[in-house]
Amino acid sequence: MSHLSYDQSKSIATKTIIILAVITVFEVLFALLGKGYLVEGFRISGWITGGVMITLSLVKAYLIVYEFMHMKYEVPGLVKTVLLPTLLLVWAIISFIAEGKYWETSRSSVKNHTTEIMVKK
Amino acid sequence: MASDTIAHDHHTEAHTDGSWKGGSEPFKASYGKLMMWYFLLSDAFTFSGFLISYGALRFSMASWPVPDFVFSAFPGGIHHKPLLFVTVMTFILLASSFTMVRAVQEGHRENKRGVVVWMLWTIVGGAAFLGCQAWEWNTLMKEEHMSIVVNPFGTHVEAGQYLTGDGHDIKEGDTFHAGESYLIHKHDNEWAPLKFKVTEGPNAGLEKEQSFGPKAFGALFFFITGFHGFHVLSGVAFLLIICLNSATGLYAKRRNGYEMVEKIGLYWHFVDLVWVFVFLLFYLL
Repeated sequence: MSHLSYDQSKSIATKTIIILAVITVFEVLFALLGKGYLVEGFRISGWITGGVMITLSLVKAYLIVYEFMHMKYEVPGLVKTVLLPTLLLVWAIISFIAEGKYWETSRSSVKNHTTEIMVKK
Repeated sequence: MASDTIAHDHHTEAHTDGSWKGGSEPFKASYGKLMMWYFLLSDAFTFSGFLISYGALRFSMASWPVPDFVFSAFPGGIHHKPLLFVTVMTFILLASSFTMVRAVQEGHRENKRGVVVWMLWTIVGGAAFLGCQAWEWNTLMKEEHMSIVVNPFGTHVEAGQYLTGDGHDIKEGDTFHAGESYLIHKHDNEWAPLKFKVTEGPNAGLEKEQSFGPKAFGALFFFITGFHGFHVLSGVAFLLIICLNSATGLYAKRRNGYEMVEKIGLYWHFVDLVWVFVFLLFYLL
């Protein structure tokens, strides 16, 4: 339970929702700008837009968990038991994306091989 | 807060013999709240499993439908408004998260009326989100004929020029670049992929036909947004029950006050949190 007064927590909630809304609008506009929908002929590399949007989504996740779900006001032990296990996911993401890349090369070599056989026939 | 003090006194009197009898609260959180956190942790792993498989399959495909093209319809027959509808959905869910926070805050100061009113707004938000999702699914399935096994959203891997038109947006002679997505339409219940001529690259001059996009796209989309939507649906059901219990004064009588409102609040914010990542992966990237 928080040690904040009713008015304090009310104003924090209002601020948080405004920040979340602004970030969401910015993300959508940035995605559209990066893909050339807003300014004719202007595009941004997918790596940059992707990086910016992943970072902003993590900021949104932080705000939801820490302010809305009150994680900020829980004791450190509780925070650790909930958040540390999620760090395991970092490796899961890296390894499965790498695996996906490997599947892509396998797929294209299978495809090339089948075309070769078809051509020989 | 008054009821909290009473509850605390009761605890210390009844259980003075050690932690294992429930006398002390680990992490200074009640049993219910702590277990809600661990349930959400396990649920986060389930969702991560889904989202990571989305990432792996997307990276394994040579091409992937462009989300700005796929999700560009808006109710009222409006088309070509990329991401507009899904942004509205995101705002509805965010707003309902805010009304949920307000309900929890009113619960802290034992204001029954406040709790009920803000929870009702949260229920309205959840129901509106589900309505939007129903519309989105309906458009994808009925108008665009996407299913878990057929994905008519393909993507060009080479630049070219259309040799036929589809009577919708594409006319004969229209040119396109590599990386642009298209939708294969149905005519008289038959798929009608368009023919085009490749104009660049090693295949320049060849005549080709639009091909279907990766099947995994439809399967992943319906399973992941469906699983999330099911969370929203069960969230709305629990919100209704807890709202009713608050309205009848059940929680005012209990010693732990409006803790149920806090617990469903945690769940509801988690649903919003998952949407942040579904939104990121399916629509933004």
